[in-house]
Amino acid sequence: MEPFTRFTAIAAPMDRDNIDTDQIIPGRYLMMPRDDRYRTYCFHDLRLDDEGNEVASFILNKPAFRGASIIVAADNFGCGSSREGAVFTLVDAGFRAVIASSFGDIFYNNSFNNGLLPVVLPEDAVSALRAALHDRPGAEITVDLEAQTVTGPGNLNFSFEIDPHRRHRLLKGLDAVGYTLTFEDDIEAFERRYFADGPLG
Amino acid sequence: MASAPRTMFDKIWERHAITVNAAGQTLLFIDRHFCHELSFHAYNMLHARDMSVRRPGQTFAIPDHYTPTTGLDKKDFATKAHDALVANLCNNARRNDVTLFGLDDRRRGIIHVVGPEQGITLPGMTIVCGDSHTSTHGALGAFAFGIGASDVSHVLATQTLWQPRPKTMRITVTGSRPTGVSAKDIILAIIGHIGAAGGTGHVIEYAGPVIEALSIEERLTICNMSIEAGARAGMIAPDETTYDYIAGRPYAPAGEEWDTALAFWKSLPSDPGAAFDREVTLDGADIAPMVTWGTSPEDALPITGSVPDPAAVEDEDRRAAMERKLAYMGLTAGMKLSDIAIDKVFIGSCTNSRIEDLRAAAEIARGRRAKVSTIIVPGSGLIRAQAEEEGLDRVFVEAGIDWRPQAGCSMCLGVNGDTVGPQERCASTSNRNFEGRQGRGARTHLVGPAMAMAAAVTGRLTDVRTLAGD
Repeated sequence: MEPFTRFTAIAAPMDRDNIDTDQIIPGRYLMMPRDDRYRTYCFHDLRLDDEGNEVASFILNKPAFRGASIIVAADNFGCGSSREGAVFTLVDAGFRAVIASSFGDIFYNNSFNNGLLPVVLPEDAVSALRAALHDRPGAEITVDLEAQTVTGPGNLNFSFEIDPHRRHRLLKGLDAVGYTLTFEDDIEAFERRYFADGPLG
Repeated sequence: MASAPRTMFDKIWERHAITVNAAGQTLLFIDRHFCHELSFHAYNMLHARDMSVRRPGQTFAIPDHYTPTTGLDKKDFATKAHDALVANLCNNARRNDVTLFGLDDRRRGIIHVVGPEQGITLPGMTIVCGDSHTSTHGALGAFAFGIGASDVSHVLATQTLWQPRPKTMRITVTGSRPTGVSAKDIILAIIGHIGAAGGTGHVIEYAGPVIEALSIEERLTICNMSIEAGARAGMIAPDETTYDYIAGRPYAPAGEEWDTALAFWKSLPSDPGAAFDREVTLDGADIAPMVTWGTSPEDALPITGSVPDPAAVEDEDRRAAMERKLAYMGLTAGMKLSDIAIDKVFIGSCTNSRIEDLRAAAEIARGRRAKVSTIIVPGSGLIRAQAEEEGLDRVFVEAGIDWRPQAGCSMCLGVNGDTVGPQERCASTSNRNFEGRQGRGARTHLVGPAMAMAAAVTGRLTDVRTLAGD
């Protein structure tokens, strides 16, 4: 997994609450293998109309935001289904960070397994960032995981909290299974005790 | 020295904690792991490491998402790729000695229906599946939650997961449940009250007299939609209703093991005085049959209400969001919900496909005709058999309804080919009314099973209480 330390990119504002994982990747693509096409499923039905033409009003289709690699959303981004495809397609489409006032819990978890940094900031902070991005289309945001800060246009500066375990894993690009296997002795000891005690868990 | 009072969640969590790392995350042991067809990413990751499933005896593979509902012949599958996806799950199960309920196994069905039905789901367990509606299993007093593909792979490889400790929330439903109000209405009312992100970061315990009086099937409906309130999981304390339900099920403990298990289960309910991070209370008497009007499960209102008016919303972003929802749903502000004409009805899904749901639907269907295309998909092969033994299938067929012979997720998310068309309006007993969920452009109104059948026989969203006495 690619480590995440500090990342600067064009950021796109998405103003709606509850952008669910069905919006990020429609269910019909979930059966597809993770190949070159995966990035094309990203926000598919918001991005393209029934005939496959671009929806001009969709933020990521606007010229200034086409190169965006950071999303600034509102509340409950990534709610709904557990599909990790929602994270796969964002990552494959070039996104490295999503900033929101809250996230769907499973999406949030899945992000850390794929080098995508979900940043939680207070509602007024994400709202200010979105307003600044609307005012200056194509402006960049810097997300610094080491310093735990977000720097946006117009001198907007915020610091964010993050679970130290997840932060460490992203900074180092650590693989979770490899890390857990270093606890093999603990797991075996637990299993011996657990199954001896019964009843079967 | 007496220990501090603990919640049921605390007890289950602490019992499964293997170790806590320096950063404060807990390595949790997982008792039960269910896999469906989309676990292919996870099995690929596992096999890429040259690993196999660590504890196959605790792992169950059940195809449900991509399976056809019309039959099991090759022609019943939406595409050859669907067939191949199911075959791939079966191969991964065999390769790893995982218990498989294969396509033609009459026990097969929706994982969140089959787990409890078979007694695989038991109180006090930690249960995961690569599906957000794993929260369903909490109805038996388990800590059950959905995970993504990487975590599925992690559990296959290690039978564990690293987890930050979630907060706890107790939702108490007081008083009693009015006639005509289903478990679906209760959970939609709860989500409407706390919001689609209201439970974020929390495990919900549902409590109070209205919850205690529910059957296990109704409790499964409640816990199923915990994820729609953003919660990590939902759970209900096990009680006599739970023990009666579990007794005699194929995978449930029996004999001496039953006695040991029962003593353990009885130790699970939250201690008196246990502290929750958040408490929410609803009065059961205030709950009416519910429908959703928008594209989030929080957009729920009593059927006696009207489509909300964006003009009354002050916040600009929220007003724009509501306008978008009404445009997508093709609704006009202020129109009565009971005036909304529908094109289609779906009764099924892990939320509402159990025998009690089918009985509730049949009660409304008896002696009536469906005015719109209606499909009913049982939650498992055993539920189908039970329904047919009770003659419910004949009630449905006589009402002109399409009674599907094979269980599965079907039109809830439409990936098996059972979809709702663009701009088609569906009254659905499933759990999500997201844009495009049931098919591109599909308009979903979430309802309980009796309300769905009321919509089917009238052709519009209908207060089931106006039909019950006919």
